[in-house]
Amino acid sequence: MRIRAQVAMVMNLDKCIGCHTCSVTCKQTWTNREGTEYVWFNNVETKPGIGYPKHYEDQERWKGGWKLDARGRLTLRSGGRAKRLSRIFANPDLPTLDDYYEPATFDKDILVNAPAGLTDTPVKRPHSALTGEPMAVTWGANWEDSLGGAHERADGDPNLARMPAAAAAKVKFEFEKTFMFHLPRICEHCLNPACVSACPSGAMYKRAEDGIVLVDQDRCRGWRMCVSACPYKKVYVNHATGKAEKCTFCFPRIEAGQPTICSETCVGRLRYLGIVLYDEDAVLAAASVEDEHALLDAQRAVFLDPHDPAVERAARDAGMPDEWIGAAQRSPIWKLIAEYRIALPLHPEYRTLPMVWYVPPLSPVLDAVGLAGRDDTDADDVFHTIRDLRIPVEYLAELFTAGDADAAAGVLMKLAAMRSYMRVRTLDGTVAQELLDGIGMTAEQVEAMYRLLAIAKYDERYVIPAAHAKDAAALEAQAASHDDCALDCEGGPGMTEQFHLSEGAGARAGLFRRTDGRRGLSLNPLRGRS
Amino acid sequence: MTTLLWVALPYACLAVFAAGHAWRWRHDQFGWTTHTSQLLESRLLRLGSPLFHLGAFGVIGGHALGLLVPASLTERIGVSEHAYHVVSLSAGTVTGVMLVAGLALLIARRLVNGRVRRVTTTMDKVLYAFLAAMVVLGMAATVGRNMLGGGYDYRETIAVWFRGIFWFQPHTELMTGAPLVYQLHAIGGFLFLALWPFTRLVHVWSAPMAYLWRPYVVYRTRRRAVGAPGPAPAAVRDAARRPVSSGR
Repeated sequence: MRIRAQVAMVMNLDKCIGCHTCSVTCKQTWTNREGTEYVWFNNVETKPGIGYPKHYEDQERWKGGWKLDARGRLTLRSGGRAKRLSRIFANPDLPTLDDYYEPATFDKDILVNAPAGLTDTPVKRPHSALTGEPMAVTWGANWEDSLGGAHERADGDPNLARMPAAAAAKVKFEFEKTFMFHLPRICEHCLNPACVSACPSGAMYKRAEDGIVLVDQDRCRGWRMCVSACPYKKVYVNHATGKAEKCTFCFPRIEAGQPTICSETCVGRLRYLGIVLYDEDAVLAAASVEDEHALLDAQRAVFLDPHDPAVERAARDAGMPDEWIGAAQRSPIWKLIAEYRIALPLHPEYRTLPMVWYVPPLSPVLDAVGLAGRDDTDADDVFHTIRDLRIPVEYLAELFTAGDADAAAGVLMKLAAMRSYMRVRTLDGTVAQELLDGIGMTAEQVEAMYRLLAIAKYDERYVIPAAHAKDAAALEAQAASHDDCALDCEGGPGMTEQFHLSEGAGARAGLFRRTDGRRGLSLNPLRGRS
Repeated sequence: MTTLLWVALPYACLAVFAAGHAWRWRHDQFGWTTHTSQLLESRLLRLGSPLFHLGAFGVIGGHALGLLVPASLTERIGVSEHAYHVVSLSAGTVTGVMLVAGLALLIARRLVNGRVRRVTTTMDKVLYAFLAAMVVLGMAATVGRNMLGGGYDYRETIAVWFRGIFWFQPHTELMTGAPLVYQLHAIGGFLFLALWPFTRLVHVWSAPMAYLWRPYVVYRTRRRAVGAPGPAPAAVRDAARRPVSSGR
């Protein structure tokens, strides 16, 4: 057994309102540079929908992720090592910019410089950020927001194509007959990453300490195999630098014990961050399980119980700091995935063992219950509807359980039972034992789960141990002696003028950097000068 | 003039080739990339790029065979002059045509497609112009001189001079007698080597052959220790909640 720690995330989709704050703050932090206009480390999709980039879940077309070959061995869907090198001159599986969208900018000068006394209002027009030519904006990263255009395109959703035909036929894209939910996506920081495995130059790597998957910008040679190998299409080519870039899990913040930007700014507070312990030696076997419906349990089994004394001992023997073991024991991720078993991985059938899991949304199901003329406050009715209606359970199953509708329904039942249990518990103080029996959980567990899902505070949602530092003072001195910032590479975020606020114009304008590294606005301009 | 062209220039170019690569490797790892533009345009590239690269492999192999292998060696292993000539001419023409077609497609792609045109740097333009000139001269020598014309036995002159450079015994008299198209191609070739380290061609040296035997998933351990963390966000938040005093 080789025990490792992984920083993982769970998103509670019931709470996502699709406000895109995560996408915007992420973009402002990481990808507001030339060459990364179309790059969204975090994007929010509306499901059903074709997603971003278009149809990215169609692995017949893009050949992302892993599959089992004829002899049952795990291979990259796009082919083995020799085949990959033979396609290095032109990658047949690479999406082009049209599969994302052509980034646009606007000629706002027309508005600013318009002379007085015009009879017509001046209008700014979109221009391509790539060619400078005037263009029509016809697609974007959230073009399908809240089912926009769904009646025309959403039946191209690859998940619908894979669903049983009878269930897919029930998914309608007509007003008041459809359902939707939002799906925020970041890099999955997989345990068995296809992008890392496909990188010819070995520039992509998984950090041994916390499992974050990164691209070494100095060693990336622009072979662009990672982009096509990632089934989630979360590695992007920076077309200005010719190098691959991807979500960094905000590692500088994680190292300092802070949540990622997308989590920090999440309005719905639906993101959870924490450590899970896993056995690296079990990863390959779990990814190679033949039955796709068995993949979910196989992936769960890779995680190690942090409360198990044997695991604790193994972690200590492997040199893991006590702080990390404690964080693993308090991890909301472990609770949601392994204890309550309500979090599910996105597309486990890609066999990458993704580390961003989702609590599936109950709301579209409850809408369906209401449409079916049943009582959405009656757990029995909800249970039956979840079983009978199969909408959108089959759809959720395509996303989260490789098509195993029973597994997806089981999670939804837990969520429905929790709501009903808490309703009677709050209204008249009774304990609905039959509900607890139905989902096989204790009253304490359900109430703790309710607390974690509904009212957990900052420190309960984000349990992130700081990167271990043996001699903090010495390291601080070492860091202070370095004038240059690691993000100051060419094309990097540190090259923008406003990035370093601790000195220069930003500091004079009343901005300062707080002790936790966050930007702050000084209300008293005299402060700090005296 | 003779010494300048056939002794000084080759050595100067080789020196720039070596020193340029050393400098670029040490100071510009970030710029050391293929600078792929397949994201911006894929249709023409999928035809042009493999043609160009495979053609280039053939052309490089042909040059190695023609310049580095002495005629006496091929004769000793039983390859007649005529057989050599037929093989080199046919293989050289085929790979040359592939190279020309691929290069033409890639250049056309840079001209026609606005997205790719915008990301084409000055150095790219210099490189493409140089490549085109070299290929035209090379094809003129192979097809024009050797196939259609009377033929020229470069193995007894140019190849000997070329190898002499590496033994520090350049025989300049062998080059002064060579046809003009060969002279130009030879000079251009050395200038091309001098240009090489400053272009995107450096990606050739990063051909990822190690991928064939490395483990799929790469793990890396942090080399430098992480600095001491600041106070927890919650602590900062709680501290900020305290009423602000009017002092300071």
